[in-house]
Amino acid sequence: MSRRARLVFFTAAAAALAVTLGAGLAGLPSFGSQITSYARMLNELAPRQRHVTDVVSAISFDYRGIDTLFEEFILLGAVTGISVLLRPLSDETRQLAEDKAPDRTIPPPSPAVWLLAVFLSSLLVLTGIETVTHGQLTPGGGFQGGVILASALYVVYLGTNYVTIERFQPQPLLEATDGVGAFGYVFIGLLGLLAGVGFLSNVVGLGVTGNLISGGTIPLLNLVVGVEVAASFAILASEFLDQTAVIRPRRR
Amino acid sequence: MSVLAYGVVAWLFLVGVYGVVTSRNLIHLVVCLSVSQSATDILLLEIGYRTGGHAPVFVSLPAHPGPAVDAVMQALALTDVVVGAAVTALLLALAVQVHKRAGTLDPDALRATRD
Repeated sequence: MSRRARLVFFTAAAAALAVTLGAGLAGLPSFGSQITSYARMLNELAPRQRHVTDVVSAISFDYRGIDTLFEEFILLGAVTGISVLLRPLSDETRQLAEDKAPDRTIPPPSPAVWLLAVFLSSLLVLTGIETVTHGQLTPGGGFQGGVILASALYVVYLGTNYVTIERFQPQPLLEATDGVGAFGYVFIGLLGLLAGVGFLSNVVGLGVTGNLISGGTIPLLNLVVGVEVAASFAILASEFLDQTAVIRPRRR
Repeated sequence: MSVLAYGVVAWLFLVGVYGVVTSRNLIHLVVCLSVSQSATDILLLEIGYRTGGHAPVFVSLPAHPGPAVDAVMQALALTDVVVGAAVTALLLALAVQVHKRAGTLDPDALRATRD
């Protein structure tokens, strides 16, 4: 199909879609007028029933915890897929830059960048842990905090030399951490079955509303999700960086 | 107000699809797809919004009287963001391998190499 034909086809399809979408959106209740009774009920119930202050976390990790289980496995599946896609292929080889040219040294990053990386990475680790552990109290949780933790590693890459890190980076440890995080969610879910109630039931002591340790299984699930997401994004970064820094076509 | 709020959703979705259709670069195409996908985030948050509502975080209640917005929609938007990130990363990995095999990222040029 030529570009012009494709554009004509798109215009016709987009016009039809815009009309249908417009009709559908017009049928929605007007913006800001009301929320569903389910949501009103959860806003009322969650703080009293689950001893949390952040209702979004209570919904993600308790009332609809099974959704988040699958969501976590989607992430795990995607990372597995990327690891498979970006492995060294049959005509490629892993070769570090200093092996290729041993007589030349890689220039270190400027001291300013190094200093910034040291400050920023420690701050990011702190913010990440804070976000993960306070998921049941304030906005945040395992997913958000995990990404912040992984970005601390990205800053370390920036402030040093990726090829040097690659030599010491324990890839199997990262992959094992990812798996432990994903399985931890299932394990905490199984606690409910062991206690004689349903899968992913909140069976741990609920604590006092507003305390750091409150909400039963919600902070535990936030923790394992945080571990899984942080490991996933760390693997993601190293797989993509390997493509430019380490993996090269095999010389014939 | 409703027209503007929901109009943004339709516009963002269509603009993203337009980018996908006319794209000349696979990485640009992936970015367009995430623009399109962000329309669903905005729609979810808009459905859950309530005029004058505060965030569904009940920490310092006396300072924030009034109703809270829909927390279910915010949880769904969170799921949407995570799945979107996973899809984007997977597609970018595919783009890397396509570039290695075909030497180009132009979808039209890819079709020429296949024939």
